[in-house]
Amino acid sequence: MDSAIKTGNKTLENNVNSPEYVLEIEHLKKSFDDKQVLNDISLKLKKGENLVVLGKSGHGKSVLIKCIVGLLTPDAGILKVFNKEITDLNKDELTELRRRIGFLFQNSALYDSMSVRENLEFPLQRQDEPLSKEELIPLIEEVLEAVGLLDAIDKMPSDLSGGMRKRIGLARTLILKPAIMLYDEPTTGLDPITSSEISLLILDIQKKYNTSSIIITHDMACAKVTNDRIMVLKEGEFIAEGSYEALENSEDEFVRSFFESTN
Amino acid sequence: MSQPSTNKITAAEIIAEYLPTSFQNFLIELGSMLQFFIDFFKNLFKRGFEWNAFIRQCFEVGYRSIGLVSLTAFIMGLVMTLQSQPTLANFGAESWLPGMVSISIVREIGPVITSLLCAGKIASSIGAELGSMKVTEQIDAMEVSGSNPMKYLVVTRILATTLTIPLLVILSDAVSFCGSWVAVNINSTMSAMLFFNKIFATIEYEDLIPSFIKSILFGFAVGFIGCYKGYNSNKGTESVGVAANSAVVTSSISIFLIDMLVVQITNLLY
Ligand SMILES: Nc1ncnc2c1ncn2[C@@H]1O[C@H](COP(=O)(O)OP(=O)(O)O)[C@@H](O)[C@H]1O
Ligand SMILES: [Mg+2]
Repeated sequence: MDSAIKTGNKTLENNVNSPEYVLEIEHLKKSFDDKQVLNDISLKLKKGENLVVLGKSGHGKSVLIKCIVGLLTPDAGILKVFNKEITDLNKDELTELRRRIGFLFQNSALYDSMSVRENLEFPLQRQDEPLSKEELIPLIEEVLEAVGLLDAIDKMPSDLSGGMRKRIGLARTLILKPAIMLYDEPTTGLDPITSSEISLLILDIQKKYNTSSIIITHDMACAKVTNDRIMVLKEGEFIAEGSYEALENSEDEFVRSFFESTN
Repeated sequence: MSQPSTNKITAAEIIAEYLPTSFQNFLIELGSMLQFFIDFFKNLFKRGFEWNAFIRQCFEVGYRSIGLVSLTAFIMGLVMTLQSQPTLANFGAESWLPGMVSISIVREIGPVITSLLCAGKIASSIGAELGSMKVTEQIDAMEVSGSNPMKYLVVTRILATTLTIPLLVILSDAVSFCGSWVAVNINSTMSAMLFFNKIFATIEYEDLIPSFIKSILFGFAVGFIGCYKGYNSNKGTESVGVAANSAVVTSSISIFLIDMLVVQITNLLY
């Protein structure tokens, strides 16, 4: 916040240039050793939009969103978040940016050795101006309420079910009030009822916190509920884009296969 | 191989061409250790030291090793004394026993055995703990929430071992002396007063200081290598075991290497 005020003019300028996109990716490439994982990725994420990315296992979905938060460094291409090229940022600027992006890991990645409360406190206590214990309490209660798990506050992660872990993982990212949310397979491994609860939660979050989100999934029920727009990833490239209905009737067999497997 | 090659040959190409792969990997590993070392120092002086985590690590590393270290040290002191007694008795030099045993304990056995025990107990547990945090993406999660995992996880652990292992060594030396005194009293009698007087008359600063410096380096090596192996472990569940295992092997080897270096340097100085 502070730095946004200091560089207020500059941010304003940037916003004028491209007001509606929070994330712009062009011709992104990433390979590991000899293995090309992302071939040529281009996507734009509008402010307030829920973009669903469909893709089968191992086609580079997680690699894509890890590039967005700078956990992986792309080999080539443009990757702008809030209009800043992410590879140009120094370490402190990257940290600042990461606090504005929420990342829900595929396996929740809760800190095993800490209680739910400590999990939630952790990122807040490590900001430039750490908050006191008293200031933390309302924030923690707010996000736990948002994910419907206020009574789990003193539990350890090992005592939680898969669905609860997802929710706490979500609460832990929401507590930083991110402008962009990246969900890595939010419903994979959950039963249908819990899955649909999580999908509804994703919608809630979009409304309540006005976040822009990328939702990676191959769960069509989740895609149907959450999407404003869908893109289909195949072997490191986007091969189709459109609404749920449009893609359901696509001519491409690969695209249709997602819809067929569920119904 | 039949490709037309340019005249310019880089060092990297020479390395790739002529050195065996295992040695190349060793160089690469050494390079990334150096990078980790630099990262450690950068984060050491960053604002906002993690006091709570540091104190908890000191407890985990130091306090929880007291039992193991004491038991081993007692037995070492006892056995060494029993073993040397007959030989010294042959020369009629039994009165040298406390001095001789204490010198070898302070200079060599205490620091090395204690640190090796810590390599087995602490480096492996740090390697496994950080390795599993890596595999389950907890370290990535810290990274993306803008909380510095290097500072929270690594700096605290390395400082904790660097501080507590030398203290454990001092404890170990003291307990070994007690073991030795018990051994002396199995076959003959010597008052504790006399025994410890003999010890303190023999040990000099030249024995204590290099040994203490050595212990600090051992402590650093145990924490550093445990953290390095865990923090840089691969994804996949089997890599947790690999991280723990190679943390023990590598830190044990480096304890002996450091030992050798310090002995050479002290021999030059004194
Ligand atoms: N850090 C890494 N090092 C090497 N290969 C990786 C790494 N991360 C991912 N990959 C490879 O990239 C491919 C895509 O992975 P990923 O993005 O995780 O797939 P998914 O679409 O299932 O999320 C996989 O074949 C995986 O083996
Ligand atoms: Mg994935």
